Parts: sequence; C-alpha cells; structure tokens
Amino acid sequence: MAGSSTGDAGGASSPAPAIETRELRKQFGRIVALTGLTMTVRKGEVFGFLGPNGAGKTTAVKLLLGLSAPTAGEGQVLGAPLGDLATRQRIGYLPELFRYQGWMTAREVLALHCELARLPRSSWPAGIDEALELVGLADRSNDRVATFSKGMQQRLGLGVALLGQPDLVVLDEPTSALDPVGRQDVRAIIGALRARGATVFLNSHLLTEVERVCDRVAIVDRGRVVAELGMAELLRESGVRILVTGLPDARAIAGPFGQTRLDGEWLAVDSIADEAVPALVARLVARGGAVHAVVPTRHTLEERFLSLLGTAPDAAAPGDAEPRP
Amino acid sequence: MNRGAILVIARLTLREAFRRRLLWALVGLTFLLVAVTGWLLGKAAELNPLQGGEQQLILSQLLVMIAFMFSFVLTMTAAFAASPAIGPEIENGLLLAVLARPVRRADVLLGRWLGLALVVVGYALAAGYLELAVARLMTGYVPVDPMVAPLYLAGESLILLTLALVFSTRIAPVASGSIAVVGFGLAWMGGIAGGIGDYLNNDSLRNAGTIAHLILPSDTLWRGAMFALEPPSDVLAAAGSQARIFTVSPFFAGTPPPLPWLAWCAVWVVATLAIGVLLLRRREL
Repeated sequence: MAGSSTGDAGGASSPAPAIETRELRKQFGRIVALTGLTMTVRKGEVFGFLGPNGAGKTTAVKLLLGLSAPTAGEGQVLGAPLGDLATRQRIGYLPELFRYQGWMTAREVLALHCELARLPRSSWPAGIDEALELVGLADRSNDRVATFSKGMQQRLGLGVALLGQPDLVVLDEPTSALDPVGRQDVRAIIGALRARGATVFLNSHLLTEVERVCDRVAIVDRGRVVAELGMAELLRESGVRILVTGLPDARAIAGPFGQTRLDGEWLAVDSIADEAVPALVARLVARGGAVHAVVPTRHTLEERFLSLLGTAPDAAAPGDAEPRP
Repeated sequence: MNRGAILVIARLTLREAFRRRLLWALVGLTFLLVAVTGWLLGKAAELNPLQGGEQQLILSQLLVMIAFMFSFVLTMTAAFAASPAIGPEIENGLLLAVLARPVRRADVLLGRWLGLALVVVGYALAAGYLELAVARLMTGYVPVDPMVAPLYLAGESLILLTLALVFSTRIAPVASGSIAVVGFGLAWMGGIAGGIGDYLNNDSLRNAGTIAHLILPSDTLWRGAMFALEPPSDVLAAAGSQARIFTVSPFFAGTPPPLPWLAWCAVWVVATLAIGVLLLRRREL
C-alpha cells in the first residue's frame, strides 16, 4: 500500500497543511469560474467545501487535482505544487461525474486503478477486497459495472478513491446517487478515514451531511471563499427562545444577555451562554413576566450558510464568521 | 511521458476491443469475405480461357480491387474505433478518475493509439495474409511481393487511425470518424490525380497528388499495396501492349513508393500524434 501518514487530526499547529491555495483563479474564456480561491486545509481534518450551484466548487476540485490548470494563483497539495504527478499516488478522488468502464467487473476496475496508482502488485488483492467490503460491493465484485445502478457505481467510485490508503481523499458530491443507507455508509467511511489520519476534502451541497462529518468548512460563493469556520465553533453558538407574557419591555430586559428579536409571543435571544439562561429567566420573572416555556436553539450550518450568502430572511448575527476580502 | 502508464492504457484498450462483440463480428465477416472472394477468384481463374500474362493481369486487378475493399473496411474500422476513444470519455467523466492518477494526458492518447494500432494492424495482417493465401490456393497467382502488401494496408489504416484519434480529442466521434473516411477518399483521389499527372506529364495534376500525399499520406501506402499485388515485371513485359491498358487504371501502380515518402508516413504519424497531445493538453476537462 502507498504510505499513509499518521496524520495529526485537528492539528492547527501542523507546519505543512494538506491543501493550501492562494488567490487561485480559473477563467474559461470570458467566464470567471474562480475569482481567487484562498484557503487552507489542515492535515488529518475532514474539510467541507460548500457553496451554491455555480460557485466554482468542482472547478476548484479539478485545480487541486491537477485536472485543470489555474489561470493565476498558486497552491500546494500534500506539500507539492498543484498537478504534481508523483503526489497523485497519495490522493484518492471520487469525481462528481463518476463513470467507470462498463465492460469491466467491479474487481477489474479496482485492479486497473491499483495499477494506474502504481501500488505494489502484492497489495492489490487485499486492497481490492478491503475497498469492496467497505463500500458494500463484495457480493457484486465479479459483476460488470454496466449492470450496476447509479448508486452502486458511486459506491464503486468511492472504493476506487480509497485504494492504497491515500493521505488525501477528495470526494466531490459523494452521496448524490445514494439512498439514506448509502449516506450513512459514507459517513462511516469518512469517520474511518479521519481515524486513520487521512485528510478528507468533501465537496457537498448537503449541509446536514457536512454538519455531521466535517471538522471545518469553507463557504465559497462566486468563485471566492467567503468564510472558513470550524464546526465546533459554529455549534457552540447557542441561543434560547422564551415564551413570556405580561412584560412589554421583555426585549429590552434581555438585551444585555445577547442579541434579541421578537418572534410573535416568543422572545429569541441569540449568542447567549448556556449558563446565563437561568439568570435571564429569573430577571424576566422578577420584572413581572410570566414565563411559559424556555427552548434552547442552536444555529445550523444551513442558517449560517444562508446568512453568509445573504439569502437568509432572518440573518444570523454578523461578525462571528471571518469574511475574507 | 510515462511508459508504464502508456502500456496500462494500451492493454486496457486491447482488453476492451476483445471483450466487445464488435471485433468478433468483424472477424466473422472477414472469414465470410475471404471465402466469397476466394470462390470468386477461383471462378475467374477457372472460367477465363485466357492464358499467360493477360490472365495474370486480370487476376492481379481482381486482387487489387479486393484489397481496395479491405483497405476501405480497415479504414472504417480504424476511424470508427479511434473516433470515440478520447472525447466521449472526457465528456462522460471516465477520464477524470484516470487522469487523477499519476497519468499524463499524453499517456492516455499514446496508450489509446498503441492499443488501437495493435488491434487494427493485427487484423490487417491476419486478414491480408489469409486472403492472399486463399487467392494463391484458388488461382496459383503469385504477386510480385505478397508478404509486403498486407504491411502497406496495415500502415494505411494506421494513418487513418491516427487522424481519427487526434480529431477525437476535440470533436464529436461522428465528425472525427467522418473526417477520417472523407480524408481517405480525398487522399485516394489526390493519388489518382497525381498518377494521371505523371502519365500526361501535367505539373498541376502531379502537384495536386504530391500535396495530397503530404497532407494525408494514406494513398502512398495504398499505392505500395497495389504495386505489391501486381504481377512481376517480366510478366508485365511479356504481356506487352495488353499491359498498357492496365497501366492507366486507377488500380495500378507503376512503381513502389520511394523510401523518402515512406519515411514521410512515419514522420506524419509522429507529428500528428504530437499535435494530438497538444490539443488534448489544452482541452478543459
């Protein structure tokens, strides 16, 4: 098998990131697909790459893999310049547009990729069996790919990406053709990759999926990263909704505790620390309010995503992301 | 260039050809064709009361026309095997997974070329020698250079294969296949024009032939195949004035292709592949 790194999950102090790009630009004639992509993916993390349709996500993936040459800017993947041939031995890739030789069996496709990846021949049988097992295709390994459903072909593509225990696995919309069981399998596979210390670059528009598996995300819009943020940081930001009556100035009273807004009879307080909630409730009651319900709320990635893209009807508080120029 | 990756892609191409039914259908049709043409040649040799040189000339012309049919089948096979070899695989995403490996675009093009060339040349030689063996068995006719004729036909198909493959990096399969077949026809016509120019000592026609042979040298090799299938020169000399009528036929070559023109064929293939590599490198995936 190709050398797998020990990784340093969450290692912000890691000297060499898995991926680093600076003002990466791609233009197709007059059309600018990427304006200037600047981002850093740390070694050993699961990194979500999000953005609306046409934001340039797949173009960025192709640039990272050397499948396309940038018009300007620079970048490094696993310490080597973009497109470095030898580095590709250490990268697994599932394309968004996945397609494999229909006339071959699943096992033959995997063997072909073992050969293309220049893996030692002695490692092929075990590596192929392991990949087939992981993606749930062990019982169809000798069937022709042409007889596979779309979802099974995507599973095969995932198996291809996992061959040789790559240090970096790039998954472009890996669950687009999968059913809920398949999605759960992909989450488990990503978890196993993280545990092994591999870096996962996940390009997806399924925000709930990203939220479940990623350590950090970058949100890209119109060819530029508009925010890079850690999931833990995002999920820490809690809020509370309180149903309070008999207190017209409830919002003013709650003001010092966080950002407030009224939602019908509900008083919503964002960015409030969990431990401050009892004190807020006590103050509302002390000022004569009748508190009927207290419901904790949490920001979802979707809310943050929509707010950053400026499409949220009720945008979350600004300033807590790190917008990039 | 990475020799290992080229060989992997070439082997993949060979396996694909053998795994698909098209090649086997072609092999079956070839046996049928050889049987039918062998019977036809036998009848021509048996029923024709003509003797000596004239009979040999007629048999040679029949054989050349059968070879022309073979060369057309070969051209079509080469063009339509090569024309979908690159473009559709980019469009359907098949090459994305391959090129994300330590594989250059040049490796894909050259590997595809090598694999298809082995299929087409192998088919050309096997079918060509089989046809010649059957012809000899049925008629006893021995052309001037029977061993070389299938090599020329194989070379001719390589030229068209290269053309279709290079076009397939940029344009749709139907278009690149059609261009190769039309190119084959134009080159053949150009060769005939050049032959007439030689016969009439007309520079314009002669130059048209030369230019056609420079742009697409398939006809150079076709003329080599024709010459190899003709009767030896002593038979032609013995036929005397009867042979003259054949020398003005578009299915007659008075001389084998000169060595510099054969060298040009090799240079043309290398240069065209180099252009193909450049075109593929510049294509956005």
